Amino acid sequence: MPDTLTKFIFGRLTLDSLPLHEPIVVATFVAVALGGIALLGAITYFKLWGYLWREWFTSVDHKKIGIMYMVLGLVMLLRGFSDAIMMRLQQAIAFNGSEGYLNSHHYDQIFTAHGVIMIFFVAMPFVTGLMNFVVPLQIGARDVSFPFLNNFSFWMTVGGAILVMASLFVGEFARTGWLAYPPLSGIGYSPDVGVDYYIWALQVAGVGTTLSGINLICTIIKMRAPGMTMMRMPVFTWTSLCTNVLIVASFPVLTAVLSLLALDRYVGTNFFTNDFGGNPMMYVNLIWIWGHPEVYILILPLFGVFSEVTSTFSGKRLFGYTSMVYATVVITILSYLVWLHHFFTMGSGASVNSFFGITTMIISIPTGAKIFNWLFTMYRGRIRFELPMMWTMAFMLTFVVGGMTGVLLAVPPADFVLHNSLFLIAHFHNVIIGGVLFGLFAGIAYWWPKAFGFKLDPFWGKVSFWCWVVGFWFAFMPLYILGLMGVTRRMRVFDDPSLQIWFVIAAFGAVLIAFGIAAFLIQIFVSIRKREALTDPTGDPWDGRTLEWSTSSPPPAYNFAFTPVVRDNDAWWDMKKAGYTRPLSGFKPIHMPSNTGTGVILAAFSVALGFGLIWYMWWLAALSFVCLIATAIGHTFNYHRDFHIPAAEVTQTEEARTTLLVAQG
Amino acid sequence: MDSSATTAGTEPVFHLEEEHAHAEGSSTMLGFWLYLMSDCLIFAMLFAAYGVLGANYAAGPAPKDLFDLDLVAINTTMLLLSSITYGFAMLTMDKGRVAATQAWLAVTGLFGLAFLSIELYEFAHMIHEGATPQRSAFLSSFFTLVGTHGLHVTFGIVWLVTLMTQVARFGLIEANRRRLMCLSMFWHFLDVVWIGVFTFVYLMGMLR
Repeated sequence: MPDTLTKFIFGRLTLDSLPLHEPIVVATFVAVALGGIALLGAITYFKLWGYLWREWFTSVDHKKIGIMYMVLGLVMLLRGFSDAIMMRLQQAIAFNGSEGYLNSHHYDQIFTAHGVIMIFFVAMPFVTGLMNFVVPLQIGARDVSFPFLNNFSFWMTVGGAILVMASLFVGEFARTGWLAYPPLSGIGYSPDVGVDYYIWALQVAGVGTTLSGINLICTIIKMRAPGMTMMRMPVFTWTSLCTNVLIVASFPVLTAVLSLLALDRYVGTNFFTNDFGGNPMMYVNLIWIWGHPEVYILILPLFGVFSEVTSTFSGKRLFGYTSMVYATVVITILSYLVWLHHFFTMGSGASVNSFFGITTMIISIPTGAKIFNWLFTMYRGRIRFELPMMWTMAFMLTFVVGGMTGVLLAVPPADFVLHNSLFLIAHFHNVIIGGVLFGLFAGIAYWWPKAFGFKLDPFWGKVSFWCWVVGFWFAFMPLYILGLMGVTRRMRVFDDPSLQIWFVIAAFGAVLIAFGIAAFLIQIFVSIRKREALTDPTGDPWDGRTLEWSTSSPPPAYNFAFTPVVRDNDAWWDMKKAGYTRPLSGFKPIHMPSNTGTGVILAAFSVALGFGLIWYMWWLAALSFVCLIATAIGHTFNYHRDFHIPAAEVTQTEEARTTLLVAQG
Repeated sequence: MDSSATTAGTEPVFHLEEEHAHAEGSSTMLGFWLYLMSDCLIFAMLFAAYGVLGANYAAGPAPKDLFDLDLVAINTTMLLLSSITYGFAMLTMDKGRVAATQAWLAVTGLFGLAFLSIELYEFAHMIHEGATPQRSAFLSSFFTLVGTHGLHVTFGIVWLVTLMTQVARFGLIEANRRRLMCLSMFWHFLDVVWIGVFTFVYLMGMLR
């Protein structure tokens, strides 16, 4: 084949792009390939493709989409954690002249991929999945405002994850750190495909995130059950609303700034270059205008989870509901006024730094108010130390430390010393693991019975809990100490042998966390095996307070046979106290959205478009773009997107539940 | 809100007996507004980039050397007229007059095309003179801001043609009216953004 033709077809992709010279990557590839083939083979053998396609992939049911988001988050957690433990191992052994086992080319990709994956493809899918599953149930709705868009958003997130995973085996990932600052991420210093993978993976996933944010805002504003005023919404719904407002008001910024970086790289413009008038610091400003709200996007829904868990397991109404709502809103607003604290060392001068230092410190006030609200909710409550409550208490103890080191970093003079050090790394892992991750585990343990109709096994849950919590403290406290001693982040080898012991302790902590993850997987496996013993036919295993506990577990496709009427903050608690009885007759047909495969197809074209752009396969990019637009337009010609569940079917479903409840007594 | 639910003394009401259907598309307008605001943020970023970089000519051409205000005035007129004609399309839609609606939509599309043609002519002229997006940060941010607006107009025209086809095939049914309303908001939004571009980039550029 003539050279030009090969170049036309494959762009920059050659056989050399495959990292065959990296034994670690090759071994990973072999393992992933074998695992993948086994999985695909099993699905084919058990003839599950049709089932998966009809019941899951094309589903517009918010509950199934929520669960798929959680599965995505879990799979990517394994990838992100593999990166983490590889770094810990490298740093623990790369002393006394040892180069460790990772070369710099590989190591730099690992820390970049770790950050990108953990934020975009672990934390975001988990949080979005939880909101998707819970919010419509909590507000007494049958689905979200735009069910098809919800499916599409999910598949775009998957598309981004696919591009990141592809970079492991085809080409390479960025070696720039998770925010890809120019000029390092410019075409001059990063001429290969790594940064392009980064850009297009995030652009594809970002479309999904923005649309899902719009969708959930509309759902919460428009679809609440009658009687549920704004100040009667469950706190999780409130925090979800604020988070989605943040998403819609910040992800477009990311889209814009990554587009500008892409223009610099593809077209040769001069936004962030050092010459021809470009300004690299503008990139840093713009990306943090997205980046700081992003951390609140991650934590706010978990504040909601802790609120639900604390009041449920203390058997009390949440203390200070109104202040909790206002604290959430204040945090939402303030999160836009602090971005510059990520680069006090830029040199904007004392006045600017003071402003951003003070706004940052002010955020600790509403956050502190929340902590007190949870403590006062527990005060004189009848606390049940079930798994979700344990995670919540571990969160309170851990997160407060992370919050305080955050306030410390907010002091500009202190930040000049600690900037870019392992102290910072310890701080944000302290709040993200101690806040987001612990909250997700609390939420998963809390709502699992709602999603599947049986509880999670408490023994393996507790094993996972203790491994995670103890492992976290072992893994990150040494990093605070190292940071105070001046060790900077992203180092591959070290000269000073006296530091090694701290890295060894941190690696030990990472191993404990690995056990924690393993125990979590075992917990899921064991729970599924023992689901008969763990079953919960009531639909209300924790004596819950909000509407999701009023329907069956798992809820029927239509969620509620009749739309509930809300009279109180804790709607379901109020119904139970006021002598609510389940309606047994008079069911009506229920209007529901139909499934569609368009979301999967659009996301597949988007991945192809991204892949074409990354490898300069212009024909592929152009072709998939045309297909993308054509499919989207074609979809709008379908006006029949809904159907009615017949009353007979509703009656049948509800009667089955009645039988279960009666058998249970 | 169901006020009877909270009235004391009566039997508490826990659920609605009738199917509580949210009207088809009841969230669409809110959702589309939110989308527009997210798009507005993208433009805000591009304006900000232009604000920061707009005077970095890198010893290259400046606005005074490049902009032809007469041309831009004609261009602005085209876009403003297209917004008016879209308004007429919506008025005729309210009266249920399919043919008139289609005609006004077609006129809107033609004005849009005229706008795009003039913009492309302007771009080609500038590039021909060596004022390419690569020449300086000023030109990078200029082409990106104005070009992104142009891409939106292009997309709007594709959408317009799609909707005209759908109106032709299915008439002014509820779903199509809703879609025309969304495109209407989109179109006027682009007009508002253009007024920002015209003022901020062209007029103030000439004063620099």
